[in-house]
Amino acid sequence: MLRLFYVLQLADNALIHSQLLSAWCGHGPILEQDIAITNTALDHIGQARSLYQYASELLNALPESEKAAAFSSPLLQQVSRAVQEDDLSSLRDGWDFRNVVLVEQPNGDWAQTIAKSFFYDVFQYLLYQELLKSPDTQLSAIAEKSIKEVTYHKKWSSEWVIRLGDGTAESHDRMQKAVDTLWSYTGELFMPSEADAFAFQSGMAPDVAVLKDSWLAEVTAIFDQATLQLPSNNWMQKGGKQGMHTEHLGYVLTDLQFMQRAYPNMEW
Amino acid sequence: MHIENQQTDPATFNPSFCLESVPLKAYVKTVFMSATNDAFEARIAADSFIEPRDAMPDAYRKTLIRQISQHAHSEYVGMLPEGNWISRAPSLKRKAVLLAKVQDEAGHGLYLYSAAETLGISRDQMLEQLHDGTAKYSSIFNYPTLTWADMGAIGWLVDGAAIMNQVPLCRTSYGPYARAMIRVCKEESFHQRQGFETIMRLAQGSDVQKKMAQDALNRWWWPSIMMFGPPDDNSPNTEQSMRWKIKRFTNDELRQKFIDVTVEQAKFLGLTVPDPDLKWNEESGHYDYGAIDWTEFWNVVKGNGPCNRERIEARRSAWESGAWVREAALAHSRKRQARQVSVPEPVA
Amino acid sequence: MKTIFQRYGDYGDREAAGSAPDASQNTAAKEWPLWEVFIRSKAGLDHKHAGSLHAADAQMAVENARDVYTRRMEGVSIWVVESKYIHASAAADSESLYDPSADKVYRHPTFYTIPDEIGHM
Repeated sequence: MLRLFYVLQLADNALIHSQLLSAWCGHGPILEQDIAITNTALDHIGQARSLYQYASELLNALPESEKAAAFSSPLLQQVSRAVQEDDLSSLRDGWDFRNVVLVEQPNGDWAQTIAKSFFYDVFQYLLYQELLKSPDTQLSAIAEKSIKEVTYHKKWSSEWVIRLGDGTAESHDRMQKAVDTLWSYTGELFMPSEADAFAFQSGMAPDVAVLKDSWLAEVTAIFDQATLQLPSNNWMQKGGKQGMHTEHLGYVLTDLQFMQRAYPNMEW
Repeated sequence: MHIENQQTDPATFNPSFCLESVPLKAYVKTVFMSATNDAFEARIAADSFIEPRDAMPDAYRKTLIRQISQHAHSEYVGMLPEGNWISRAPSLKRKAVLLAKVQDEAGHGLYLYSAAETLGISRDQMLEQLHDGTAKYSSIFNYPTLTWADMGAIGWLVDGAAIMNQVPLCRTSYGPYARAMIRVCKEESFHQRQGFETIMRLAQGSDVQKKMAQDALNRWWWPSIMMFGPPDDNSPNTEQSMRWKIKRFTNDELRQKFIDVTVEQAKFLGLTVPDPDLKWNEESGHYDYGAIDWTEFWNVVKGNGPCNRERIEARRSAWESGAWVREAALAHSRKRQARQVSVPEPVA
Repeated sequence: MKTIFQRYGDYGDREAAGSAPDASQNTAAKEWPLWEVFIRSKAGLDHKHAGSLHAADAQMAVENARDVYTRRMEGVSIWVVESKYIHASAAADSESLYDPSADKVYRHPTFYTIPDEIGHM
């Protein structure tokens, strides 16, 4: 079950991040960047789908008793056939979602979306580099496909951090504000959940806590180029991996799950 | 979909946009001399493409700017009604497909704005015209998307109608426009097919899904056939545009073609076209159709459609809230140039 | 009419091409410059003109080109050049530039008759 939860952590991050990024489609600051950010959103949806397909397999293979205990959301518990990717994205309420709280934070302005993406991209890159070596072949295969995408995402968001930080006075202020706003949501990335601990101990994934130094080094290097200050506040929010989210997730899910809830059990 | 142009393979696609010129006398910028005008007309008559550096009558240039920019605006504004449903798509697969599709519309807008830019207008100028209401865009996008079935109806009907309009434009006389349209048409056929598949899934689904599909057809049918524009006897620009081979078929010709094809598709889906006067005419070999409510059409064009205000407001708001981002990127680029840290990478 | 040539990558030498970029001379100082995009669709082929786009700098232009013009596996390599640096032959010179090659048919292999017995040559 912890393996399932671990995969769901990855999948939920990908889904929620893509759901928010895709809200820029049609509303970006210029056509070229509208297209760029949508490509990234599409990459994350693709990753989420692969991960949910894998999570479905893991869930379907669990003994009945564990299956029932895995989630609190009644609609998912009531699925009598084999669970599929869309059941996992559409039929769980927030307390069954295991994404980090960082990715569910609102897009805000372009700077805030860039800051959120940048923090997440650097983390995902480091994590997926390690997952490439995972003996869990499904996971390593997903990582192998994803790492190319993530490499580009990280480049793109890093460049925007630099551009906005070292752009105009206004963009600098907005970028710094975005960094300050989101900083307290970055700590959770490196706080091992029970699923993280299991994944590490069983050798399928790295110790996330260890990734923090590399992450901080990379963030600091980009901030230096961007003339941005690393926030001094070290009090970190947490809870997403345990299903305790910020208020924002509920609204994200309301949209995301609308069709499956209003018109249950149909093929689209 | 078949596109009647050889240059569709990106591997062989060579627009020669700058290195190819045509035998034309020197272009005189203030007065368009009749000799040049004759040469231009001769080229049009010979089905040659007109390229950016070629001499062209000012009216031709203006007509093109108007048409291409309207076309670009339609793609850009057209992202909004479907964009509405990206967050609510019923499955992750549908979400990805819809997102890719709406993103393509951005791409189409971009190709078209670029084509118009070869005529001496900047994209910013065109967007200003869109935002202040002087430039028009396809009225269809002023209708609301109320259910998921609308994603199917738009792909099937609206993109279907657009393709009818656009395929002939791949042979339009202005080179950059024709090349943009080739790219657009290649991508558009994915759109129509995904739309048809989306609505087919509903038409073959549960009762409520069928109802949803029919409801969408009911709402989108008439606006779709209005997309071809006013009837030929009331379309002031058509004649000159046909003569210059900017347009290749009249509004009514394209509309008829669309109806003939689409009615059969609706039959296949088991859906009813909401036109009681629709019937097959043996003699003409076409469907006869009922009277179109042109009063509604002109009102929507004038700004009285259900969503005109929201659409323009969304475009304006994205543009204005993106201003500081665009400025920042330029400012940063200039700083870097000034510091001369930007070393060009070697050519691959 | 001059603005036409200032905005499109279709320049003659008399235009500012080749000089240092100077944003202050740009009539639309707030608009990202226009770039022409050339794409190699697969290894072994030439880069071909694919279209144009706006970008704040060369690096962004390459990335924008990737995002705009290679979404359907259209390319394996991208060149971008700021439109104002394209030098083009003048339309008015076309006759003198290109017509003189029309009578040099002897430059083409089909001009020569080789006996069938020789086979492919």
